[in-house]
Amino acid sequence: MVEKRPALTFLAYAILTLGVVIVALPVYVTFVASTQTFDQIVSVPMSLVPGTHLIENYKQALTSGSAQASSAPVGRMMLVSLVMALTVAFGKIIISLLSAFAIVYFRFPLRMFFFWMIFVTLMLPVEVRILPTYEVIADLGLINTYAGLIVPLIASATATFLFRQFFMTIPDELAEAARIDGASPMRFFWDVVVPLSRTNMAALFVILFIYGWNQYLWPLLVTTDQSMYTVVIGIRTMIAGGDAATLWNIVMATAMLAMLPPALVVILMQRWFVKGLVETEK
Amino acid sequence: MLVAPQLAITIAFFFWPAANTLYQSVLLQDPFGTSVQFVGLENFRALFNDESYLASFKVTVVFSVLVAAIGLSFSLLLAVMADRITRGVFVFRTLLIWPYAVAPAIAGVLWVFLFSPSIGILPYWLEQIGYHWNHLLNGRQAMALVVTAAVWKQVSYNFLFFVAGLQSIPKSLIEAAAIDGAGPMRRFWTIVFPLLSPTTFFLLVVNIVFAFFDTFGIIDAATQGGPGQATTVLVYKVFQDGFKGLDLGGSAAQSAILMAIVITLTVVQFRYIERKVQY
Repeated sequence: MVEKRPALTFLAYAILTLGVVIVALPVYVTFVASTQTFDQIVSVPMSLVPGTHLIENYKQALTSGSAQASSAPVGRMMLVSLVMALTVAFGKIIISLLSAFAIVYFRFPLRMFFFWMIFVTLMLPVEVRILPTYEVIADLGLINTYAGLIVPLIASATATFLFRQFFMTIPDELAEAARIDGASPMRFFWDVVVPLSRTNMAALFVILFIYGWNQYLWPLLVTTDQSMYTVVIGIRTMIAGGDAATLWNIVMATAMLAMLPPALVVILMQRWFVKGLVETEK
Repeated sequence: MLVAPQLAITIAFFFWPAANTLYQSVLLQDPFGTSVQFVGLENFRALFNDESYLASFKVTVVFSVLVAAIGLSFSLLLAVMADRITRGVFVFRTLLIWPYAVAPAIAGVLWVFLFSPSIGILPYWLEQIGYHWNHLLNGRQAMALVVTAAVWKQVSYNFLFFVAGLQSIPKSLIEAAAIDGAGPMRRFWTIVFPLLSPTTFFLLVVNIVFAFFDTFGIIDAATQGGPGQATTVLVYKVFQDGFKGLDLGGSAAQSAILMAIVITLTVVQFRYIERKVQY
């Protein structure tokens, strides 16, 4: 702050508050809708005061899904989503950690070639290669399995790149010291490199967890069986029937449930999240 | 070999499909795969003569420009304000970052609910001031709906980067300008905004990439490309033609074009990042 201008400061707070309100509005309305009965929501305009059916709606969503449209219980979907998000996050971290370690610390033929091969995949988002990737998975018989859902998403150029950058900042003296003490490369990896990369791992975990949880197109294609739907896909199938056939109170309860875990991860791990975000995009 | 798992996945799910896409884009197949014919660049030519494809190109451009422009200006405004205040920054930041965690498809659902012509609350308010809203019939309104959802989703991301960018501007420059008698507006336009341009440019690229590729969920959940073709962006069209229309060659050709676009954008982004140090 270079000068005192109370009016401007007030304006700044006002604009920020307005921004927060605009950003929060959809979620607030969603929350309100998830606490009302179906009839209360459809009566235009719906009231903006939370209703009294919170527990009822969430219970119905979790155990039986929305009954009119065909759908599985949301509890099951949450589980699938959770498994998927966690495996994608941990899988990506482990795989990238290993390959970055190999690329930085071992001299082997085609090393740079491998690095570039991984790097190029940055340029090929899932969306542009959906059809052929789908064929590969179908040929392997992995439709409707966790493996089919997770494995194609697990290779990560960004994570490999990030770890590589980080490893290059680890002083060579550490590697030499470990070698003199007689540590094997893997031992060096476990006892030196992994502990040093802990913050990076936490940062990546936040980003990747959200990435995994929010996947949409891929699960949409790979899962045809209701028991393998992720919660994001589940919501999509619930609103397919149009305004009249959609049990909005249940859908909104599901939406709240689907937003909760990633939002919690972001808010509770805010520090690492910001760090991870800023670093992965470099 | 430690790189083996990464490489195996990379090859099986990135290079093999990508190569396949390129290969299929020069073939003409019927939906059941019984006859395959080599047609060279015929698929591409057909695409560029296809009015619905060109229309979808236009939709994508309009969509990306709107998302990037509105999203960037809104978050820049918020970030500049957040940079001004001294108390409660952390609270505001927490309140602004969590939409990042919301899945695009869910963002779509939330906004569809708000804007639903029969039960939504916003159309009701709009009706009060004499504006009729029905995005199921009106293509422009459908576009406004998906743009709103996409911007909403992207605000937190832009906001964080702008805040980081603002913090890296030396305070001494701003103080010097204040001593010279420049008011806040003038300081912003002559000092802060130019110094922020690397961040802005980076975010511009990221936002365009986001609008091109990551908004599939929003569009599928909110409008499914409709009404008519009003919100069918390129990625959505690949999906529609490939999985619903089963036009494999055409869809593959579209994928190939998309790949070219991503590669261009990535190259632009990296060349810029290499130059960032000097500016």
